[in-house]
Amino acid sequence: MESATTAALRAEDVVKRYGDRAALKGVGFQAGAGELVAIIGPNGAGKTTLLSILAGISKADEGTVDSVDGRVGWVPQQAALYRRLTVEENLLLFARLEGHEDPRGSAEEMLELTGLRERRGEIVARLSGGNQQRINIAIGLLSRPAVLLLDEPSVGLDPRQRARLWGFVSGLAGRGTTVIFSTHDIQEAERYGGRLLVLADGEALFDGPPEELREAVRREAPEAADRDFETAFVAYLHHRGH
Amino acid sequence: MRGVRWLLLKDLQILRRSPLQAVLLVAYPILIAVLVGFAISRGPEDPRVAFLNEVPPNTRINVGGQELPKANVKDRICERVECVFVSDRAEARERVASGDVLAALILPADLVNKINSLSTLTPGVPEVEVLVNEENAVKAELVDDRITSLLAQANLSIARRIGSEGGRYLGLIVNGGEFKVLGETIPVLGLRASAEILAQVTPALPPNLRPALEEVTEFAAQARDNLDVAKPLIDRLTQPIAVDKVVVGGESPPLEIFAIAVAATLTLAFVVVLLVAGSLALEREENAFPRLTRGLVSTTGLLSEKVLLGVVVGVLVTLLMLVGMQFFVPLELDRIGLWLLAIVVSAAALGAAGAALGAAAREVRAVSLLAFMVTLPVAFLSLIPSGAVSPTAFDAIRYFTALFPFKPALEAITAALDEAGPSIGGPLLHLAILCVAYSAIARVALRRFSAV
Repeated sequence: MESATTAALRAEDVVKRYGDRAALKGVGFQAGAGELVAIIGPNGAGKTTLLSILAGISKADEGTVDSVDGRVGWVPQQAALYRRLTVEENLLLFARLEGHEDPRGSAEEMLELTGLRERRGEIVARLSGGNQQRINIAIGLLSRPAVLLLDEPSVGLDPRQRARLWGFVSGLAGRGTTVIFSTHDIQEAERYGGRLLVLADGEALFDGPPEELREAVRREAPEAADRDFETAFVAYLHHRGH
Repeated sequence: MRGVRWLLLKDLQILRRSPLQAVLLVAYPILIAVLVGFAISRGPEDPRVAFLNEVPPNTRINVGGQELPKANVKDRICERVECVFVSDRAEARERVASGDVLAALILPADLVNKINSLSTLTPGVPEVEVLVNEENAVKAELVDDRITSLLAQANLSIARRIGSEGGRYLGLIVNGGEFKVLGETIPVLGLRASAEILAQVTPALPPNLRPALEEVTEFAAQARDNLDVAKPLIDRLTQPIAVDKVVVGGESPPLEIFAIAVAATLTLAFVVVLLVAGSLALEREENAFPRLTRGLVSTTGLLSEKVLLGVVVGVLVTLLMLVGMQFFVPLELDRIGLWLLAIVVSAAALGAAGAALGAAAREVRAVSLLAFMVTLPVAFLSLIPSGAVSPTAFDAIRYFTALFPFKPALEAITAALDEAGPSIGGPLLHLAILCVAYSAIARVALRRFSAV
């Protein structure tokens, strides 16, 4: 785990309530520069709520969130794009809204990064879900964030599109961007996440590398240890009372 | 404001990229301009009425044994409707049944005889026959109104003729003259001359006879004076109530200007409300709303941009329509500054109302339907004049329509188009208040969507 001094983003004792229901019950974690952190857990665990608080879209009822310089990029689960504009027009628009001095240069940079230079003039609605998601992420990167938050980025993508997406995201992390993503796909989290944060019913059950989670699963749910990781993980949650 | 500019550009790009929407925005005002222009430049057509006159030729209305000159009832009727002369009742019935004519008016053969019987001891009831095809309630009412009006005109025409003849006979009795009976001319002395003769011969009579003659002379003078008063009385009897119209309020421009103002306001209202509401809903349908309001543009900035979009497109479309109208009805082009002021302020208030509607729903289709369902009845209610419904209902309609910008927009545009219209200040102030109120409602409604 990164030390507090080098953390790109740090959350402490975050609590969020919707009426009487507590969506997050004192969750805390931190992520270092270039880390790929996967937030996993069943539906309703609080993944999207935590990400929206980290992104500054929702406010926590209690607790604090700090980032290294406030530059946190956010990519919503569903592509937030104008489907009737072209790839380039979308990138240009958001670069202008971000106040870039050279919006065309920034758009070119993102076209290069996403590998969509050849398709710059295409209307977004005609692109595949995978390519739409790449532009969605590229727009999140336009603010040149130190931390990028992705809310279930691979939902609705086929295996080939997923592979391309994760190749792209891993490349970002390799260039020093801290990437925090939520997913309910355990195998995907284990494969691409350098660290896993397990949430269930608003509580953080585990925070560490995938190998340590496997170890914890084996330890706490030995009867499922020989089965596939997803089944073993479900047994682990069950043992922890969720 | 930097963000507002780029968002406006983006929305115009999206509009341009939707060929159907773009065509509709151009075609709709042109179509409305052409339809309204044709309607008001051609004026109402006279209704077609089949006319069958079975009264034998040269039959005249008879008063006191004297035939009156022709009243030209047929000509008077045919001035007001397009008469289709038919040869018999079967043809009249067929034309009415087929819808070729609105109604058939039949003057039966005994009509004049029955009118003449009115001055006898055995008066009949003169009747004309009317054949109608009341295929729907509106047509039935229209036919009833037209026929009633035509018959009232015919009755008035005959009554005037009779009154005129009666007056002539009274004049003859009072002033004297000549009277033709069976081709012979009979001189009539008249009360005035009789009184004068009697006055001249009175001094020559023995004193014991003078009082009696003086009584006769006095009677002749009284009869003359009273009959002099009777003549204008008979004239008034033909139309006892006259109309003295005094306009006490509601300055109104010419009908064609009001029609143009209605068409322009309807166009502006539908274009602006639907566009702003749809465009705001599109931000959420495309999931862009939270991304935009997360520091890129404020909620107020986003709302301002949508209202600005409505104003830009609304002004262009409405001006296009008014320019189209110029081909049919000349408008006062030197008032174009007031046109622009009225259209811009109206568009801003309608845009704010559209934004409030757009903030209420998440999908473009739902918002479009909602905008239509609100705008159409409000526009319809705003056009109901006072007196058309009960005072209580009218008050309720007045308060309800005052909550939506359509009616003040109509008043402002009417005032801008013609100087005979109402004053423009009140409606503009009303629109400004509604603009602020709806913007505040839209802001509150949008807060619900600021969280993911």
